[in-house]
Amino acid sequence: MGNLFVNFGEAIAMLLFVIGFANLLLHKNLIKKIIGLNIMDSAIYLFLAEKGYIAGRGVPIVVDGVQKVEAYINPIPSGLVLTGIVVSVSVSALMLSLTVCLYRRYHTLDLDEISTLLRKEDK
Amino acid sequence: MDFVRNFPFFSIMLSMFAGILCSILPRRAARWVNLGAVGTIGALSAGLLGYLLKTGESYTYLMGHFPAPWGNEIRAGVLEAGMALFFCVIMLLSLLGGQKKLEEDVAEEKQSLYFILMNLLLSSLLALLYTNDLFTAYVFVEINTISACGLIMIRGTGRTIEAAVRYMIMSLLGSGMLLLGICVLYDLTGHLLMSNIKEQVALLAVSGEYHIPLMVCIGLMCVGLAIKSALFPFHAWLPDAYGYSTVSSAAVLSSLVSKGYIFLLMKLIYRVIGFEVFKDSHIIDVLFVFGLMGMIFGSLSAIRENDIKRMIAFSSVAQIGYIYMGIGMGTQFAMAASVFHILSHAATKSLLFVATAGLCDVSGGSKHFVDLTGAAYRDKWAGAAFSVGALSMVGVPLFSGFISKLLFAQAAVNLSGRMLPVLVVLGISTILNAIYFMKTVIRIYTPVKENGAKGNQDGRLLYPLVLCLFIALNVILGVNSQPIVDLIEQGLQMFA
Repeated sequence: MGNLFVNFGEAIAMLLFVIGFANLLLHKNLIKKIIGLNIMDSAIYLFLAEKGYIAGRGVPIVVDGVQKVEAYINPIPSGLVLTGIVVSVSVSALMLSLTVCLYRRYHTLDLDEISTLLRKEDK
Repeated sequence: MDFVRNFPFFSIMLSMFAGILCSILPRRAARWVNLGAVGTIGALSAGLLGYLLKTGESYTYLMGHFPAPWGNEIRAGVLEAGMALFFCVIMLLSLLGGQKKLEEDVAEEKQSLYFILMNLLLSSLLALLYTNDLFTAYVFVEINTISACGLIMIRGTGRTIEAAVRYMIMSLLGSGMLLLGICVLYDLTGHLLMSNIKEQVALLAVSGEYHIPLMVCIGLMCVGLAIKSALFPFHAWLPDAYGYSTVSSAAVLSSLVSKGYIFLLMKLIYRVIGFEVFKDSHIIDVLFVFGLMGMIFGSLSAIRENDIKRMIAFSSVAQIGYIYMGIGMGTQFAMAASVFHILSHAATKSLLFVATAGLCDVSGGSKHFVDLTGAAYRDKWAGAAFSVGALSMVGVPLFSGFISKLLFAQAAVNLSGRMLPVLVVLGISTILNAIYFMKTVIRIYTPVKENGAKGNQDGRLLYPLVLCLFIALNVILGVNSQPIVDLIEQGLQMFA
């Protein structure tokens, strides 16, 4: 239990990941699924940012000469977060455009209802 | 440094730039650029394979000027180069074979977009094969997902868009888990390059420190990739995605995209986690069991299906079960059998999809079994090719499917605990395969009275030629298997 309070940032990130994951998997509404996707991805970025920061250290930008190693944090986790954000933005855009396509055709956002309509269309 | 060592980098960049070029070119020119790029990359990979066989060792290639723990790296060995060559061959044949259907299915202004997607897909597949950096692998997994989604929905019908949405949802769940696994692993080891991570993981495994987080991240990565490559309980998106998309898409998706993820998983097992650590974890048993279940339930669903393309799609589920069973057996030889099955399944499944397109064309465009009766008489080439594919899938000697079943059985005999389940399920699965594939072959060779709708065979020299090449590929894999298996084993040794 002690560890949980020390690493509460990571614990919250995991909680958010599970919430987002369940939303993306279980919701019928497409927009809510996309929101779930964004929660899930953001949770991972929160986890990375939380892990990448060490209290008391500064950003690794050299202003007045290089100080010793302990003065800076590792910049890679922040870089990974940025890369990840780019990826998840493009994926969300793709999902939203697909949703728009489906909504224009079937006037509903419910994925199960769309499947029923499609089956009727086939017959 | 030899000039040949630049080839992996050239291949990835070439397909990417070909994609960019396709966006401004008209339809026909885009098609030629795409085919040219795929062919050139195939030739480059063949050259690289020859070079690697001569030197007999793999090499790492710096991307930029920063050495090991900081910079990004590419790594090439016999297995990677061979896979790249094979992927290019299959992609080229699928594109040529599905070309006529593509012109019918896809609106004219969208066809050049299709070639952009194909190029992007190839570049992401090549990057997955060659990369030595985990985060780069993740980014290219997402690129692969996006271009695959585009390939599914390019027809623009309601069915395909819905299939694309379902595909995206499952893949995004998978890539989320993969990303989380990579992040946890990065926190545990402090590295992103595969070779550095492996050293640290070996140290962790010896000291027993952070045992649970390590197992959690192995589990997350394995399940994430299993979802993306449609292992049995996660296959719900697959039949729609393969069944309703255009032929080249279906062939490429089933034979390359899912295989790219499986190859990445093998890479993770050998080059990141380490084979011994993976073997000691219990995740290997989970993959084994789900692989076995997939082999049976995939075939059972295929038997129930009335739509020929969806039947072939369900058969993919069963075949992916075979591959995971091989991974789950946990020996070097079983892994080599899995790699061989990747090749054999890719060659056979794309052949089946392309042949099915021909059969459906001469049956009024219908995919239902009732209308397919006697289709093999209307399009002789497609009928013969479908029969070859079906025989190969069932596992008749002379064709590639037989060799992979033989290799799996041989691998199982050396194992004490897992011999019985593997052999029993292999047998059951073969019978089930035979039921639905032979049913189809008999159906298409049943003569019908009124033979009015004879297919127009003029001006279609390309299609029979592609089918012949596919059949030849299958027979080469089936007859000349020993050198290929040796190559795979050599490649796997280089891997570790």
